[in-house]
Amino acid sequence: MSDLLKSYRFREERQADWQKLDLILTKAENGGVQRLSDEQMLALPRLYRQAVSSLSVARSISLDQNVINYLESLCTRAYFFVYGARTTLGERMMAFLRKDWHEAVSQSVWTTLLAALFFFGGWVLAFFLCLQDMDWFWTFHGHNFFDGRNPDASVDYLRSTIYNDPNSNGEGELAAFSSFLFNNNAQIALFAFALGFAFGIPTAWLLVYNGVMIGSMYAVFWDKGLGFEFTGWLMIHGVTELFAIVLAGAAGFVIGGAVAFPGGRTRLASARAAGQRAATIAMGCVVMLVIAAILEGFGRQLINSDGVRYGIAAGTLVFWLVYFYVPRKAAAP
Amino acid sequence: MTTKPVDTTRRPGISMEAAVQRRARLAEELRTAKMVRKLVTPEGAAIRLKLANASERAGALMIDIAIQWAIVIATLLGLSFISGALNPGSSNIAFAFWLVFFFFVRNFYYIFFEIGQRAATPGKRILGLRVASRDGGRLTANSVLARNFIRELEIGLPFQFILMGGDGFGAWMALLGLVWSGVFLLFPIFNKDKMRVGDLIAGTWVIKAPKAKLMDDITSAAARPQAASRYVFTQAQTEAYGIHELHVLEDVLRQSTQEIKRQVAARIRAKIGWAPIDGETDLSFLEAYYAALRRRLEQRMLLGERKADKFDVR
Repeated sequence: MSDLLKSYRFREERQADWQKLDLILTKAENGGVQRLSDEQMLALPRLYRQAVSSLSVARSISLDQNVINYLESLCTRAYFFVYGARTTLGERMMAFLRKDWHEAVSQSVWTTLLAALFFFGGWVLAFFLCLQDMDWFWTFHGHNFFDGRNPDASVDYLRSTIYNDPNSNGEGELAAFSSFLFNNNAQIALFAFALGFAFGIPTAWLLVYNGVMIGSMYAVFWDKGLGFEFTGWLMIHGVTELFAIVLAGAAGFVIGGAVAFPGGRTRLASARAAGQRAATIAMGCVVMLVIAAILEGFGRQLINSDGVRYGIAAGTLVFWLVYFYVPRKAAAP
Repeated sequence: MTTKPVDTTRRPGISMEAAVQRRARLAEELRTAKMVRKLVTPEGAAIRLKLANASERAGALMIDIAIQWAIVIATLLGLSFISGALNPGSSNIAFAFWLVFFFFVRNFYYIFFEIGQRAATPGKRILGLRVASRDGGRLTANSVLARNFIRELEIGLPFQFILMGGDGFGAWMALLGLVWSGVFLLFPIFNKDKMRVGDLIAGTWVIKAPKAKLMDDITSAAARPQAASRYVFTQAQTEAYGIHELHVLEDVLRQSTQEIKRQVAARIRAKIGWAPIDGETDLSFLEAYYAALRRRLEQRMLLGERKADKFDVR
């Protein structure tokens, strides 16, 4: 009767515990932590430490590839579970709304101002160019503008695009149009964020371009004496929407700045720190654009009074400014 | 002193062919070692993380894109069917809903799955990959957001330039843009950690985390009394091979065909000068030799001598 290999005896004595750990991990990976019993949760740290020490012993005494591969994989999975995040999606969302979002935005005031400068700079430039010479409008928009809202349109037609006829039954179309705009705007916002990596230059271009598009449109309405009405039409959701676009640009500049000027840190560390903050802002932009789309889809179609439109616009502006920039009391430790 | 068994029919030392093979194997080992990152856990144990290579990443992405398209198209068909059945006028509402849905599938598919416990999209799960934080800490939601919002730059941008097309000057600009944006798309190929731009921004990387199965120890079969007593190897016979050959033999025993086992058994018998005994089968011989070889090599390993392969004469 031959004696067994040391490495085989080592494995025989411990493999029941390894398999117990394997089972717990599989269960947790498939159905979440809630599915684990108290007993399993209590056993987990012990089993994990045992598996880790088994791995280091096995590396030095065993030449069984299968055992070592198995333990490597088991320990990796267990490590990520034991030291992984334990928060639920709901908790993360609450943390985002209560703390992360406004902190990220209020830490990025300068890049927000820079983004606003590019956006409104493009706007003002296009506005004054168009007022001086309406041909600029065609330069910016091209001649295939399907909308009909162009310098050749009549005042009555332009007015009809601002106010919704309560008797019309185009609601479905309007819903489709506003969801199309949401899709477009949100994609542009994420694009502005991502392009920030190229040192922020494409982000700046994107902001100026969008500013020019709106500014030239604004000039058309202004020229026809509809400036006041158009502002109400635009700003009821535009405060939220344009704020979101500017913030998305700011998020791009945060990344671009960190990559271009890492300061004392390495470029990787700097990009990483900035990336977390910028991603939070970009996520917030998507939330803002959802709100803007709701305001646009419902508010603008149902509310035809200029006063109420201005009221809502001012209300949302105050809300966002307070939410982002009013300092919170530090939470009690 | 250990004596190396010498095959008298051939000249001693390493043949040309064997030397070339060995060098290729060592180069391969070096290359895989470059993809391994050591993570020291708070318990002080080292876990070796293997980075996913670019082709695995691309494969996972293809699977994910296919799934995304399947979801989007299925929803479009389903919605158009439902809205057609209910009320012909409601197709605009259905389209509005679908557009928003499309946006969220496009941008939040990856985020939804990577924020979960397994930190992997279905494509990554199929290929045994997962996302991990580069510093070994926990993977935060912000990191997942950051690495996925950047996709717009890596995939969206080249796609836009392809769609731009045009003629003459426009086409050249589009081509230039495509080359420029290709830098971001191909970024993972050009850095040693195989990071996308999104990984760089988020402080993450993608590692292999396949589920391994614990199989029976081969020596458990060889240790059965009737098997063990029959095969007795001399010390010289158990010194013929090293750890590399032991691992190859383990693979042969675990997953190869009868025919390969027969050939391997024949080669080993010839190498160690083994005279077949009564009722010997290829399988039982290989198992017994595996057990004897492993016992010898593990003993030597405990004394600090790792005999890497058969050419390693220590």
